[in-house]
Formats: sequence, C-alpha cells, structure tokens
Amino acid sequence: MTIMLDYEFMRNAFAAAGIVAVTAGMVGYFLVLRGQSFAGHALSHAGFAGATGAALFGLSPLAGLMAATLLAGLGMGALGVDRANRDVAIGMVLAFALGLGMLFLHFFTSYATVATALLFGNVLAVTRGTIRLLATLGAGSLAALAVISRPLLFASLQPELAEAKGVSLRLYAVLFLALVAIATALAAEVVGVLLVFTLLVGPAAAALRWTRHVATGVVLAAVLALAEAWGGLALAYDTDWPASFAITLLSVIVYALAHLPLAALARLPGRRYS
Amino acid sequence: MNILEFRNLTLAVGGREVLRHVDLAIAEGEFIGLLGPNGSGKTTLLRATLGLLAPLAGEIRVFGALPRRGNPAIGTIPQRRSLPGAVRLSGYDFVAGVVRGHRLGLPILDRDGRREVASALERVGALALSRRPLGELSGGERQRLLLAQALIGHPRLLLLDEPLVNLDPRFQQEIVALVREVQRDLGLTVIFVAHEINPLLGALDRVLYLGAGAAALGPVADVITTPVLSRLYGVPIEVVRLGGRVFVFSGGANLEAEAHRHDDMAGQGGTESHAHDHHA
Repeated sequence: MTIMLDYEFMRNAFAAAGIVAVTAGMVGYFLVLRGQSFAGHALSHAGFAGATGAALFGLSPLAGLMAATLLAGLGMGALGVDRANRDVAIGMVLAFALGLGMLFLHFFTSYATVATALLFGNVLAVTRGTIRLLATLGAGSLAALAVISRPLLFASLQPELAEAKGVSLRLYAVLFLALVAIATALAAEVVGVLLVFTLLVGPAAAALRWTRHVATGVVLAAVLALAEAWGGLALAYDTDWPASFAITLLSVIVYALAHLPLAALARLPGRRYS
Repeated sequence: MNILEFRNLTLAVGGREVLRHVDLAIAEGEFIGLLGPNGSGKTTLLRATLGLLAPLAGEIRVFGALPRRGNPAIGTIPQRRSLPGAVRLSGYDFVAGVVRGHRLGLPILDRDGRREVASALERVGALALSRRPLGELSGGERQRLLLAQALIGHPRLLLLDEPLVNLDPRFQQEIVALVREVQRDLGLTVIFVAHEINPLLGALDRVLYLGAGAAALGPVADVITTPVLSRLYGVPIEVVRLGGRVFVFSGGANLEAEAHRHDDMAGQGGTESHAHDHHA
C-alpha cells in the first residue's frame, strides 16, 4: 500500500475516485429509489457525444461531457421522459447520442486514445487540476442534494401526495436530473461513460437491498461506492488490469452479494427505531 | 359549520365536462361515501378540492377559503400509489418521508417529527408492521401505512381515493372500520371514494353519488334509490335491498360489480373515459 501511494498518479487516482464514488453513490441512491437508473445510463451517453464534440472543436472533453449531460438531464426532466416506463424513448436518445459521438470521433484525428478514455475511463491519468474541478463539482452537487433531499424523497415515495402537499414534481425532477448529470459526468471521468452504472447504480442498488432506511441507505451507497472504487484501484495496481475493469468487477460482486440469502440472514436480528 | 362547499361547480378534464353546476355542502365531522360510475368525476372532484385542478365555473370553498395546493388541513390517499423503488424501504421510512416533506433540507426527523410518525402509525395499528419493507406487506397493511401518511400534518379533512381497491372483503371491512374509528377519535371529516356502497354502509353518514354530470348527496336511503340512480346513470336502474345490503342493477347486471371490472381494464390502457379521471 505504501509503495502504491508513493506514485503521484496513484495518489491522484485515489483522490479522484474517492470524490467521484461518494458523489455517485449518494446521488445514485435517489436515482435507484426513483426507478430512473436507465435515465442515468442515457445521460452518460449524451455526455459521450458532448465530450467527443468538444474534443473535435479543440475544447476540453470534460467540459463538453458536463455540458451535454447537464443539457440532456434538464431536457429529460422538463419533457418528462425521465419516468421509468419510457425505456424506448430513452434508449433511442441513448443510441443516437452514441452514434453522434461516433461521428465526431470520425472527424477527430487521435481517434483511439480519446475514444477509449471516454468510453472506459482513464483514472490513472487524472491531473491535480482535474481533481480540484471534481472536488468542487462533487461538493457542490452533494450540497445541492442535501438542500433538496427532503422534498425529493417525498416526491419519489408518494408523487401524488407530494403534489397535493405543494411539492412541484416537475421542478424536483429537473433539479434532480441536473444533479444526476453532474454525477454521471464525474463518474465517466473515472470509469468512462459505458461503465457509469458501476458507480452510480451498483452500490445504490446493493444498499437498497441491505437496508430499509433512507439515511442509512444513502450513507451505505457512498461507502460501498468508495470501497469499490478504492478496492478496484488497489486491485488494478496489483494485477495490472485496467482500473475501470477492477472497479466494475467489485461493483458486480457487491451487487451479487446483496442478492444472496446471506443478506437476509444478516438483517434478521432487526433494527430498532428510535 | 360547512367544511366543504361546492357552489355551482363545473369541472372539466381534457375538455370534457365531468360535473355541471353542482351545489352541495359537507359539514364538519361527516363521513361521506363518494360513489359513481367510472368517469363520473370522483377523483376529479378530489383533485379540485386539493387545488390541483381549477374549476371551469363556480367555486369550491374548503374551510371557507378557495382551494390551494399544499393546504396542510387536508390529508389524502391518492389513487396512484408509490413507486417501485420504494418497496425496499421500511413502512416507517415510507411514512417518515412525508413529514414536512414540502420543506427543503435533509429528510432527518427531529424528536417532534419522530413522535408524529409514531403516533400516526399507532393510530392506524401499524407500529409493529412498519419495521418490515413495503414489498413484504399485504394490501391491507399497506393501506394502513397510506392512512398513516395521510394523517401526517394533523389534517382536519381526509380525502381517500379508493382505499378499498384490490382488497378482499375482510380487509375492506377492516379498513372502513379503521377509518371510521380514526375519524371519530380525531373529529375529522372524511370523503371516502369507493366503487361499492356495501362495505361503507355501517360507517358513512351520507353518500355523495356522482353520475351524468350531476351529484346527489344525502342519506343512503334517499340516494341509493331506483329514481335517483336511474337519473345519475342515465339508464333504468333497479335498487334491491337484501339482508341489510344494497344491490344496484341495470338490465340484470350488477353495476357496482361491473365497475370493478372496468377499472381493471382501464388499468391496462382501457378505452373508456375512466382513464382520464384517474390520470388527468
């Protein structure tokens, strides 16, 4: 471990992965709770088109990624295509975004490296400047999530009752998808757009199976995401596998573990409410 | 005192007038059964009362004022209920998520909030079952939690949109008795939407029957009658009383039982106007 952290690029990778994991885990909990996992996946593909488009015009891919996911998130929220039963519409947008990204890459010269980094992440190449940006965005979106979390939870659990009680469903759908867009862009920076599910949905889905309490679930999702991201980096360092693969592997293992009866046994002793 | 007044009220959904020039008043402390054929405007009337739908003409007075969204004096069980993601949460968290849910901030309850959740759960006899995840509860148990949610915020008027749907007769009786008990203990006014009058017979004070754009409000004996229902349904209706129960027939078919079947079809994207009523 000491040897691994002697390298600056590993320290940077741990810092970036840590920031991203906590943000994605917490935002992801609400995403899974609302049944919008697929919408999160689609946002990352919109980000791919944005990043390749930005690269084509000589702009920062991260800025393009962020702009595209944010725009797509706001658009999906405003148009109401974010609901769980809009699979086909979301899937078509997703496919078109990926195709568009493909087109931009076609005109872009250093094709392969950029494409691979965007699609599968390149956390070992993260710079200190990028880390500062990730930290700012991560802290900002978590702060925003904290501010809207109560009405967001209400709107997620009981939309019609929330509406009757004066909560604007549309407003919170849009605000939340904007946060998902930022979290997606952050996660794409670590594991790439194709593997965003790994940090955004995997830990949250496992947390929802392991605890039936919202506050515990949000914290657990962040802890699991962090463990998967850091564990994945250590595993990648040891095995020389790609970091994204190692993180994905751990995410899938944790998700599978959450489905074992083991989990049911562990929660049998029961929690007490205060 | 009248807690709810409809004055020359006309309500429309998607350009179709479902209620026309309705005038009636509901007094504080009443238990009203709200019935009527599919698409007759039951849910629409509740939505207008909640301030979610503006009247086309006339006005509604709730506690003497115009309806407004977020009126804390009204508690409700909506017709469409909860999202699939919530099934993993405990009943406790499901109810706790409603407390001051319209305010910004973290969904962490202070002592007052926790006390309110506990007292609502106790009131509906769901304190023990609230530890279990929603997905493991029966329909009747879930209805108790929905009632607990409706009681959060200390409402004085409860609007319950078909709390008996998909429940076995035994659980139907249980829920009606529970609502009646809660209503009496807390001195609430209740509007209880149902497809069938029989489960409500022992509990309700008056029945509000909608149909053909019109409304009839009064004791069961005055409203559930052959002439009144024939007018509301727009076809000849026969009302038969048998062993303390009431059956409504049209040309030999039991209408209220039919209504259930139509409801199922509407749920699967059925063709009739009923769907507007629910999802508008």
